[in-house]
Amino acid sequence: MARDGTVEPCPPEQEVRHLKMKAANVLLRCLQEEGVDVIFGYPGGVVLPIYDALHSSDIRHVLVRHEQGAAHAADAYARASGKVGVCLATSGPGATNLVTGIANAYMDSVPLVAFTGQVNTALIGKDAFQEVDITGITLPITKHNYLLRRAEDLVRVVKEAFYIARTNRPGPVLVDLPRNVMETEIEFTGYPSEVHLRGYRVVRSCNMGQVVAAAEAINRAERPVIYAGGGVINSNASELLRALAMKAKIPVTTTLMGIGSFPETHYLSLGMLGMHGTRYANYAVSECDLLIAVGARFDDRVTGKISAFAPHAKVIHIDIDAAEIGKNFAVDIPIVGDVRQVLEELVPRVEEKEHFGEWHRTIDRWKEEFPLAYGEPREPDRIKPQYVIEQIYYVTQGKAIITTEVGQNQMWAAQFYKFSQPRHFITSGGLGTMGFGLPAAIGAKIACPELPVINIAGDGSIQMNIQELGTAMQEKLPVVVCILNNHYLGMVRQWQELFFGRRYSYTDISLQPDFVKLAEAYGAVGMRVKEAHLVEAALREALEVKDRPVFIDFWVEREANVFPMVAPGESLYNMLGGDDLL
Amino acid sequence: MKHTLSVIVENHPGVLTRVATLFRRRSYNIDSLTVGRTENPTVSRMTIVVEGDDVLIEQVVKQLHKLVEVIKITDITDDPSVDRELVLVKVRADTQVRAEIMQIVEIFRARIVDIGRNTLIIEATGDENKINAIEDSLRPFGIMELVRTGKVAMVRGGK
Ligand SMILES: Cc1cc2nc3c(=O)[nH]c(=O)nc-3n(C[C@H](O)[C@H](O)[C@H](O)COP(=O)(O)OP(=O)(O)OC[C@H]3O[C@@H](n4cnc5c(N)ncnc54)[C@H](O)[C@@H]3O)c2cc1C
Ligand SMILES: Cc1ncc(C[n+]2csc(CCOP(=O)(O)OP(=O)(O)O)c2C)c(N)n1
Ligand SMILES: [Mg+2]
Repeated sequence: MARDGTVEPCPPEQEVRHLKMKAANVLLRCLQEEGVDVIFGYPGGVVLPIYDALHSSDIRHVLVRHEQGAAHAADAYARASGKVGVCLATSGPGATNLVTGIANAYMDSVPLVAFTGQVNTALIGKDAFQEVDITGITLPITKHNYLLRRAEDLVRVVKEAFYIARTNRPGPVLVDLPRNVMETEIEFTGYPSEVHLRGYRVVRSCNMGQVVAAAEAINRAERPVIYAGGGVINSNASELLRALAMKAKIPVTTTLMGIGSFPETHYLSLGMLGMHGTRYANYAVSECDLLIAVGARFDDRVTGKISAFAPHAKVIHIDIDAAEIGKNFAVDIPIVGDVRQVLEELVPRVEEKEHFGEWHRTIDRWKEEFPLAYGEPREPDRIKPQYVIEQIYYVTQGKAIITTEVGQNQMWAAQFYKFSQPRHFITSGGLGTMGFGLPAAIGAKIACPELPVINIAGDGSIQMNIQELGTAMQEKLPVVVCILNNHYLGMVRQWQELFFGRRYSYTDISLQPDFVKLAEAYGAVGMRVKEAHLVEAALREALEVKDRPVFIDFWVEREANVFPMVAPGESLYNMLGGDDLL
Repeated sequence: MKHTLSVIVENHPGVLTRVATLFRRRSYNIDSLTVGRTENPTVSRMTIVVEGDDVLIEQVVKQLHKLVEVIKITDITDDPSVDRELVLVKVRADTQVRAEIMQIVEIFRARIVDIGRNTLIIEATGDENKINAIEDSLRPFGIMELVRTGKVAMVRGGK
């Protein structure tokens, strides 16, 4: 009835009345409203209502083989697509298996929503079967988390979870869903378009006075360097970064997480800085008079000895997280804001520089004198690992998505593959999680099915989530796993060689499965390559496979090291190696 | 230096844990923390006393701000404010010293709230200095038990 008492002809009453449905079904409706098209998950008792709803839902569910794989796949899906990744696990061991993956996403600021099942609300706190306090456990590794006690709160909580995960500095949000709450019948009256969180404000502006000060500093600088991090990629601001660099002719170095934010083939690129950065990037930072940190967090792997980091520089720091400013390093011109927003204001205020000066000539000299290079293999039937990476780059023409495991393989990937686009290098930077690469490749391939996806792996790391080969088989995903097999926990062995007198304590892992047979046991393709001249053909063959994963077991020089290297606690100026061919 | 932070938070279960976890995880030292209801039933107010230099306090405040359920933080260390703490002290009190203790209680305008055969329980409120002073004065008699609430504070005037 309308207010004046007349009867309105439409809409008919049945359409206005909202049907009741199980909260589990409402959950999936909400996910659809959020634009979720894939969930990485693993079932169990208390999530049965959710799985029952999934059975008749349009949302794709990828059945992993271990919940850690679900979290990493969702994480990489988010990094590759720019959307929020979603994973789902049952209570107890399912939830705890997610923990490493959640911590990984937290350290690398990845937007992730993790749903976990929980025992019935009446049993919470009673040590019920498969009960675990997952909101308590994940308190320090989530941006926020929820235990949903009432079905009426479901829609609001899902909305908030996605909003918090993706806005400001992104991060994982966990929502714990008790079974009885998921079975409660509720009305779905629509998905809210807004959230009301009085304690959470999205950064939408920046201090213009600071922007002006930054522009002046840039215009006055003689030896400026841009130090770009993961925040540039998160902000989708690569083009603006390039505009800034090119307008003022500023050399750019990136962190491991910032790789791809600036094309590494560009003449202004210095590659990566830090512990395994290029000599010229580390020298440039050590000698610059202005350091422009853009969406980077002064990690200790980057700065080395902090008191000797950029010792002659005035420092501008652009970061969306105010707590990052001054946390590790005192800066001169802090700007709290989104990289994109800040650069939109900053670039027009920066003066165009026509010429390259003394600074560029110095850098060019360093580049000539200390290029990234490597020598000949010192063992028969072993390939130089760096050569394999170069071939991967060559064969994919720099256009593949590369995921990595952790260790030497990861560093060589960062050094020798030249990335020119954001979201193409997917690696575990902050947590350094061995076992990330394979599930990450799965997530990335699902996000970007048209791109080749290659996991550059170590023989140790690949064994940490090798079961995800089953997931890739089931989903018919042609991800290529290139194992740089040195039969060592190579990165740790390198430290033992350099800092512990070559005492290789528990780092020899030559007892290992035959990776070719192992791949074949799953129905995947397996290959082994021990000679450099066969590398390219093997890669081409692998990239031809379209319906299943491929393992290539590259036998690489056992004791090859990653150089240059800044020893822990040393300044960036004091690097080991990289000045001759090793 | 000790800083006093007045923190308005959502009145949700678990907020105290979030704040405490943050302090533990980042190795910030809590001197005292009190939490209670306010005139607005949807929020609680925490008064946190934390020890540290300005750089550290800035980090504490920024990290607290990142908690979704933290609504407002004010560092009231330098603001004119009223702060109070309550203490209960069980002190050994034989008949010979009772009179002396009662004198101290009188001076500090504290109260005796329980009398045992050989003990007294004394209740006192006041600012931190006063509570410290009363503690010091009672110590020679033998403090058997002592519990302090931690500080609550409110800025003076119309702020
Ligand atoms: C074996 C190993 C070796 C490593 N060696 C190196 C090395 O040699 N060099 C190296 O660089 N790293 C190295 N790392 C990685 C290192 O540990 C850190 O993960 C990395 O340096 C952090 O990168 P980042 O500073 O770009 O920060 P990220 O972790 O990417 O953080 C992003 C920053 O940007 C901010 N931000 C996010 N979104 C926005 C936005 N929209 N606007 C503004 N700001 C935003 C965030 O608040 C945060 O401060 C190594 C890791 C491993 C495992
Ligand atoms: C889960 C986990 N455990 C331990 C480590 C410590 N760690 C870092 S690199 C590394 C060796 C990795 O070996 P491998 O995967 O073979 O790679 P390589 O360095 O040989 O290329 C280890 C053990 C880690 N980063 N992650
Ligand atoms: Mg290895």
